[in-house]
Amino acid sequence: MITVSEWRERLESEKCYDLVSELFDRIERSKLNAYITLCKDFALSQAEKYDRGELKGKLSGIPVAVKDCISTKGIRTTCGSKMLENYIPPFDAHVVERLKQEGAIILGKTNMDEFAMGTTTETSYFGVVRNPYDLDRVAGGSSGGSGACLGGKEAVLALGSDTGGSIRCPSSFCGVVGIKPTYGLVSRYGLIPYANSLEQIGPMACCVEDVALLLEVIAGKDERDSTNAGVEFKFDPSKADRKFRVGIVKEMGGNEDVNGRFEEVVEVVKGLGFEVGEVSMPSFKYALAAYYIIATGEASSNLARYDGVRYGFALDKLDTWTKYFSKVRALGFGEEVKRRIMLGTYALSAGYYGKYYLKALRVRTLVRRDFESALKDYDVLIAPTMPSLPFKIGELADPLTMYKMDVNTVPINLAGIPALSLPVGFVKGLPVGLQIMGGHFKENDVLCFALRLEKEFSEVF
Amino acid sequence: MLTVEDVFKIAELAKIEINREEAEKFRKEFESIIDYFNVLDEVGEDVEPTFHVLPLKNIFREDVPKEGLSREEALMNAKHVEDGYFKGPKIVE
Repeated sequence: MITVSEWRERLESEKCYDLVSELFDRIERSKLNAYITLCKDFALSQAEKYDRGELKGKLSGIPVAVKDCISTKGIRTTCGSKMLENYIPPFDAHVVERLKQEGAIILGKTNMDEFAMGTTTETSYFGVVRNPYDLDRVAGGSSGGSGACLGGKEAVLALGSDTGGSIRCPSSFCGVVGIKPTYGLVSRYGLIPYANSLEQIGPMACCVEDVALLLEVIAGKDERDSTNAGVEFKFDPSKADRKFRVGIVKEMGGNEDVNGRFEEVVEVVKGLGFEVGEVSMPSFKYALAAYYIIATGEASSNLARYDGVRYGFALDKLDTWTKYFSKVRALGFGEEVKRRIMLGTYALSAGYYGKYYLKALRVRTLVRRDFESALKDYDVLIAPTMPSLPFKIGELADPLTMYKMDVNTVPINLAGIPALSLPVGFVKGLPVGLQIMGGHFKENDVLCFALRLEKEFSEVF
Repeated sequence: MLTVEDVFKIAELAKIEINREEAEKFRKEFESIIDYFNVLDEVGEDVEPTFHVLPLKNIFREDVPKEGLSREEALMNAKHVEDGYFKGPKIVE
């Protein structure tokens, strides 16, 4: 994998143009299917600009991949769907504006589950993303392309989005670092919505320092997102030397492979002299059901915009409204998207609102309280990111079985807190991720703890 | 119990055309998923719902006109355009 400091070191003696060309050669030969659209001409012209000394900023000359649910002006943005196969946004997302302002080189748009609905990137209209460590296995989802392009040395930094684990799952499966920021830290302006109250754009990279750098760039005030908190982020790594109080979340577990490694991690953490205890989150029993009710409910409303009129897939001939609308959506959406829109429609329909949606929002309160009480006693909480190693492609055929793989990641989105996935070595040749959680806007604690462990683990695993 | 007719009804509300075979497949899947959702029956009514995780207040900005999308940009992704407008399907059947 390529870190920012390694890339910058090469930039001192080599031309950015040559390095970026080399990356594209690699991408074009790749079997991972990490990208849907490449911006080769634009990227190379930016690289030339860098070589002429005209590209300035915190990310100048650094190649970044952008998940394909994030709007890029003039560059096709598909959301992994046939519905948006030919959609060209007339504006940039806030985070893309920030990348450009800081001199980043945008390589292309990464593959993802259709409308970010999935845990394996198998629901993409553009084909499955393969795991860099085993091509027969998935890269995770929904930001599978962003995870795989980093793991496969096809980018230096990447943006993902996380509604119920979509940054952390592929980070875990591809052996990279990814953080879902606190809800409201990063503007969602230009993020094609799936479930607004849960999702955040976040950075993915090959080390903790790089994730922190990209977070500094994308976090901050933007009045075009009404849920933006207007809070800036500045990484202060000096806090990594403190003693952390670390809580192990009892209800977040994994299978034998994952738990074995997790127990070794806990031993390392204890070896650092940190206070380590166990916390219990009784509300987690209900969290997965609550998450899927809220997410599908919001999806059913959000995705009503795809009517085949203003943008997106359209039929050659207009018909009566109901027929045209229903046909466009039948042909433009994939199966998982239809499933979630219909589940959400059901849960929000008359007579079921109180039984499902309102109950799910009550669970949200319980989950938030459980985190608040645990984070009074501990600075960070830890658990395995995913309950399993990367799955074989096609292994999870049943939707509910797939949904249950999000059990460790969805409570974080319900509570709106930040959570990071840190690689903790390999089991059976496949990467394992550790999930590190903190309080609202405590990204610095989460990143500092991760930084400390990253140093430690480089010697252990 | 969810019937195939229920699934057709949901699809109609969601404005997604489905065939009988799809309806049968969705019925089976929805039944197991909804059965799983029913774990929420154990949750009491005495807990306040959380609509939003952050205590955000309405934020006002100065009422200053800004450049929006041009007509050309707004229409560039539409298939059916006439006289500089979107052309939609017939509303009245």
